[in-house]
Amino acid sequence: METLVYLIPISLFLGGLGLVAFFWALRSRQFEDPDGDSQRFLSTDWDDHPKP
Amino acid sequence: MTATFSPRPSACPACAVTPAAEKLAEARAATEARLMLSLPTIHCAGCISTVERGLNAAPGVRSARVNLTLKRVAVEAEPDITAEDLVKVVEGLGYEAHELDPGVISATATDKAGRDILMRMAVAGFAMMNVMLLSVAVWSGATDATRDLFHWISAAIALPTIAFSGQPFFRNAWAALSARHLNMDVPISLAILLAGGMSLYETMLSGRHAYFDAALSLTFFLLAGRYLDHRTRAVARSAAEELAALEVPRALRIGADGEETVAISAIAVGDVVRVKPGARVPVDGVVIAGQSEIDRSLLTGETLPVFAGEGQVLSAGEVNLTGPLDVRVTAAGEDSSLHRMADLVAIAESSKNRYTSLADRAAQIYAPGVHLLALFAFIGWLVISGGDVRLALNIAVAVLIITCPCALGLAVPAVTTAASGRLFKRGMLIKDGTALERLAEVDTVVFDKTGTLTLGMPQPTNMGDHARRDLEIALALAAASAHPLAAALAREAGRAGIHPANVSSIAEVPGHGIEGRIGDQQVRFGRAEWLGAAAGSETAAWLRVGNAAPVEFTFADSLRPGAQEAVTGLLQQGITVHLVSGDAPAPVADLAARLGIEHWQAATLPQDKAAFVQGLAQAGQRVLMVGDGLNDTAALAAAHVSISPSSALDAARVASDIVLLGADLSPLGDSLITARKATRRIKENFAISLGYNVIAVPIALAGFATPLAAALAMSLSSITVSLNALRLR
Repeated sequence: METLVYLIPISLFLGGLGLVAFFWALRSRQFEDPDGDSQRFLSTDWDDHPKP
Repeated sequence: MTATFSPRPSACPACAVTPAAEKLAEARAATEARLMLSLPTIHCAGCISTVERGLNAAPGVRSARVNLTLKRVAVEAEPDITAEDLVKVVEGLGYEAHELDPGVISATATDKAGRDILMRMAVAGFAMMNVMLLSVAVWSGATDATRDLFHWISAAIALPTIAFSGQPFFRNAWAALSARHLNMDVPISLAILLAGGMSLYETMLSGRHAYFDAALSLTFFLLAGRYLDHRTRAVARSAAEELAALEVPRALRIGADGEETVAISAIAVGDVVRVKPGARVPVDGVVIAGQSEIDRSLLTGETLPVFAGEGQVLSAGEVNLTGPLDVRVTAAGEDSSLHRMADLVAIAESSKNRYTSLADRAAQIYAPGVHLLALFAFIGWLVISGGDVRLALNIAVAVLIITCPCALGLAVPAVTTAASGRLFKRGMLIKDGTALERLAEVDTVVFDKTGTLTLGMPQPTNMGDHARRDLEIALALAAASAHPLAAALAREAGRAGIHPANVSSIAEVPGHGIEGRIGDQQVRFGRAEWLGAAAGSETAAWLRVGNAAPVEFTFADSLRPGAQEAVTGLLQQGITVHLVSGDAPAPVADLAARLGIEHWQAATLPQDKAAFVQGLAQAGQRVLMVGDGLNDTAALAAAHVSISPSSALDAARVASDIVLLGADLSPLGDSLITARKATRRIKENFAISLGYNVIAVPIALAGFATPLAAALAMSLSSITVSLNALRLR
């Protein structure tokens, strides 16, 4: 039972991390163009280095 | 987000009296142009990188980003770059491009409401999963201190989440209660709040059952339904606004120092505007110089072009065909025909509000029913248990949760999302939330002719009757003009392999026709009156070689693709089809016969069209009106449900519930079938949630409901309803 003392906060923290990541993605408008994103990874532009 | 704000000089008092300084500062502040183009043909990864690379390489462009979902590209460029430059670049890359009016589009660029719901949904989902994990431990037998601890942690997660994620429901419920009526959000809010409050109370008293997970999953599922609903509407709205933005409202004003392009809103009465051939007349006015022909088919349905010379009165929406016209503005802005359109749209909206959607009707029965049931459970158990308020309240809450409107909340949006998606793929844009339900009830269809069943594009009909020599001369003359009749003849003759005759000194006489010389003979091709011929009832152009008798080239409007299939499909479904047009009887009768439409009416005035539709409605028929012109707008508004093609006038598109995006009419017949199927699915979904309540409510009333049972039932019913909706695809 003592493990719960660690495990519950850890699970909440990890879940919260996911939630924060989602907020960040939403705020940086990564859900504005779902069709485009599903196509863009096929293109070879910026394969060698990230877009400046 | 990168807009830079330079401090405005008006901070100093002296600058307030020198507006010129302000203007100068503004000009300096406009250091970049944000332009938006519509790219209807892009579809793949290759298209994205070609367009982006091409635009980024163009001079003056700072950055370009394609949005494939919306089929648009947003460009940041130097301030002197115009949209036309960019359209040329993109067309050079082999893609179709149109300028979009940034004023109209910017409203849709940020979908704040959608992101708000998504955010609340994410929080509810996160909380639901965590609380559910803790609940599983309680369900599988955690007792005493462990159970209490888990309940307390659940409460710590659930209560702030409910306070944040439940807000849309609480707000709507409050608004409904303040207006003294019940909507679906009232029982939803009550269930969420009571479940949260009751569970907190139970936790404090170390009770066995807490419904935190139920309160959260209720919130999550309902937000999912809300989001689906919002998405469907947002997609339709942005597509509809894109159609509006494609017509950039500009006019050529003739000022003291020549022509300048200005926004229509900047034009005042008394200004002179120039309307180029092929352009739409932007304002109401009187011709003061120039001669041309005017196509008024969008306003009246007449296919025969009208001569326009000095003194001719023009209305906004007419199309200038041959020569440039200078027009003195008689009405602009609010006073012009734009205002008339706004009035008509207001009428349309008030009549649409009379329709109660299936979801509202369900809520009107459901909400009071659930409240009465919970109250009945509370009083009943209070009596049975001899005054145990806690037990009675627990059971009443269980009843509220188990009759959860969860499945009901998903029942309609899940189906409309699936159906709208299906119709959107076929090129139909559902603008109004209840349009599908209304479309399903249709038993009569009224078509407009010009621009709806026909394209408003003439085609020569009697080419075979003419001598080869006449055709060659006609082609030579017609090729010199942009007039639709001439262009149609040139196209058809070219296709038939006819070579133009050698005609010299060809000149267009705006408003009349084209003339030229062969040797010392004068040849003319144009209007009947100009050539001294008697005009018939059909659309025609005449050719006269020297002093010979004029010969007639007749034209008929070409059918819109899919018109035949649409009409046949509707007739096969047993639907009555009417054709009502403002055009002359001969072409209307001809078209009705070609399409197999029995009921037709010609030379109908706009108000008679509306009266005709209202008459059908009073006879108990559910009318679908399909039309595109200003003369159809009142009828579109009066009909039970209405459809307009994307080529329609803005006012007609606004007044209609559904817009056909492509040129093809054939999805029309199918859309009625889809609408009927969708309505059937919605009713099935109501039946499913009702059936589940029939089983669950007695259990809850008897006091046997546990949080586990509630969670299971809730998830099962929501998933069944969603899957049933997906069968539409």
